Amino acid sequence: MSVAFDEKVHKTLADANLQLAIYRATGRLIDHRKHAVAATVLPDYQELRTQANAIKKHTIDHLDHYLEQFEANVTAHGGKVIYCEDATEVADFVLGLAKERGAQLIVKSKSMTTEEIDLNERLEHHKLESVETDLGEYILQLAHQRPYHIVAPALHLTRYDVGDLFARTLGVANETVVEKQTLIARAVLRQKFLAADIGISGANFLVADSGAVVLVENEGNARLTTSAPRIHIAVAGIEKLIPRAQDLAVFLKLLGRSATGQALTVYTSFLSGPRRAGEIDGPEEFYVVLLNNGRTRLLADRAKRESLYCIRCGACLNHCPVYRKIGGHSFPWVYSGPIGAIITPQFLGIEHEPSLPFASSLCGACAEVCPVKIDIPKVLLDLRAEAKQAEGRKGANRMERLAFKIWAWVMCHPRIYEMAAMVAASVAPAGNGKWLRSAPAVMNLPPVRAWLSQRDLPPAPAKSFRQLWRKR
Amino acid sequence: MSREAILNQVRTALGRGAGQGIAQPPPVRLRVDDMDLETRVGSLLHAVEALAGKTRRAATGEEARAYVRAVMHGRTAVASNAPFLRECGIVDLAGVQSGFTDATALRTLCATADVGITCADYALADTGTLVMLASPAEARLISLLPPVHIAVVPKERVLSGLDELFTILPDPAARTSSMVLITGPSRTADIEQILVRGVHGPGEIHVVVVE
Repeated sequence: MSVAFDEKVHKTLADANLQLAIYRATGRLIDHRKHAVAATVLPDYQELRTQANAIKKHTIDHLDHYLEQFEANVTAHGGKVIYCEDATEVADFVLGLAKERGAQLIVKSKSMTTEEIDLNERLEHHKLESVETDLGEYILQLAHQRPYHIVAPALHLTRYDVGDLFARTLGVANETVVEKQTLIARAVLRQKFLAADIGISGANFLVADSGAVVLVENEGNARLTTSAPRIHIAVAGIEKLIPRAQDLAVFLKLLGRSATGQALTVYTSFLSGPRRAGEIDGPEEFYVVLLNNGRTRLLADRAKRESLYCIRCGACLNHCPVYRKIGGHSFPWVYSGPIGAIITPQFLGIEHEPSLPFASSLCGACAEVCPVKIDIPKVLLDLRAEAKQAEGRKGANRMERLAFKIWAWVMCHPRIYEMAAMVAASVAPAGNGKWLRSAPAVMNLPPVRAWLSQRDLPPAPAKSFRQLWRKR
Repeated sequence: MSREAILNQVRTALGRGAGQGIAQPPPVRLRVDDMDLETRVGSLLHAVEALAGKTRRAATGEEARAYVRAVMHGRTAVASNAPFLRECGIVDLAGVQSGFTDATALRTLCATADVGITCADYALADTGTLVMLASPAEARLISLLPPVHIAVVPKERVLSGLDELFTILPDPAARTSSMVLITGPSRTADIEQILVRGVHGPGEIHVVVVE
């Protein structure tokens, strides 16, 4: 484990209030989802998952075709598609357009993809104000923090934190009633919406046969972002495509339910191009930025390609016993939880945080609740193998590799295995499980001690299986 | 910029050639429930109320108009250009402004009006959802900026759910640049998971189904 990861994990574990906040928030989301997908309310839930998986697999396997179809349809409706390789290209495009149009102010709706490329920071570096408008994201922007959770970005902050923050950054009275805090944010952000020149959104889905961007939200800030300013720019990863508008009947039923337990979120926007002749309002210009940022590398790996099916519902975070203890900020990048553990190493390279795929108990809860049936534990195992191979190439962890080599050799030699087992059993008194504390000095060697600090060894049985087998 | 480079990377990753055909996609999955109109309306109203929306069944346009007047309670409203609202006489109520074709004027008014009145293109019975298509009759901001939204729904526009919507409207982009599904009042639970309504959009929503 890298020192930074280790430190963040321990800090989170030691913070009782934070532990309670994570536990409560994820527990509530687990509960809401459970009711929303129950057989009594959604009898075809499993069929929908199977269909969603099949559609995503088909789309990702033919992604070039659907990208071109999407682009052609956006263009036909008077919009424009811009392909960007990385963060710099996205920022350059937005900055260039803002300069050309004389834009001063940008409003943003929630988008994990723009978090991924630090878009706000890049724009603000060039003196372009870019304001997050989702309440949670707005709070985080004021606090200069990353989202803690894909769906509930500020779940780690209390109303008292928010009261202090608003008082400090907005110059308002310190208000701790959540309704009043919400009204403060509403008033500030309403003025921003009405003054903004450009609205930047993400995309939950890109619909190839319609050239449409689909946005799912509860607050209405994504609708305002895409309706009030003169220019709408949607920034999305290239994996967001689905083939047909009709496929939304499958995905929309799964997304809200898996995320927050809502049959449908309050607002679902299906946006295909700028305002048309005769329509009264809406943006005059419509751009879709398609971002690669490492996705094609992932696409090339047939075994792990399914990681790109993710629709960012956050259910795997809520159900993960590891996320529920170590929280969102322990993870090294913007994506946390099981999905973060599988896509971070693939986007950034395994060497970025090689221990990440190991931060899982492989219990399989994530795969069980995934609405598009990504086999997250399988991908984690593949990544573990990759991490170990990378370690081997670097010549790191000689001790561990030697230990496993010896282990493998012993396991291949039955007589020697039996002798070793007898020695171990004679040192270990059966039953009390405490034998290691008083065991020989070898147990106190740092690597062994580190290993045992998190694990219990079962007590040695009085007779080994082999002995019992022979006497059978 | 990087169009060709990215498309080429995608093709290389997938082992596909430019312009290569594709396998048949999985068949579209749409299951339309057989539900009579009366059941649909009942389900719609029930679902809207479960989301803390308010509902009314109006036997006539006149009754719908009376309900709107009661909700407005002397406040100001902006109404869409939908012919049905005119037929019901809603646009003639005192305090209601309507007939906007200019985006700036409409926006200015929506930013200060107390109530927005629209006529939904469809409603979805199972989820309590309003379906709004942007058009010369319906602007985007009327259902969004004012703190109260009243949607008038002619009874025959109530569909069973999403599957029926996408069956009768397989290609929404052919009709409009913006289709919005509205399911209950605007809400957030971003601070301590405490539910607050009306964060950016309307915190109060009324659905009036007219026979």
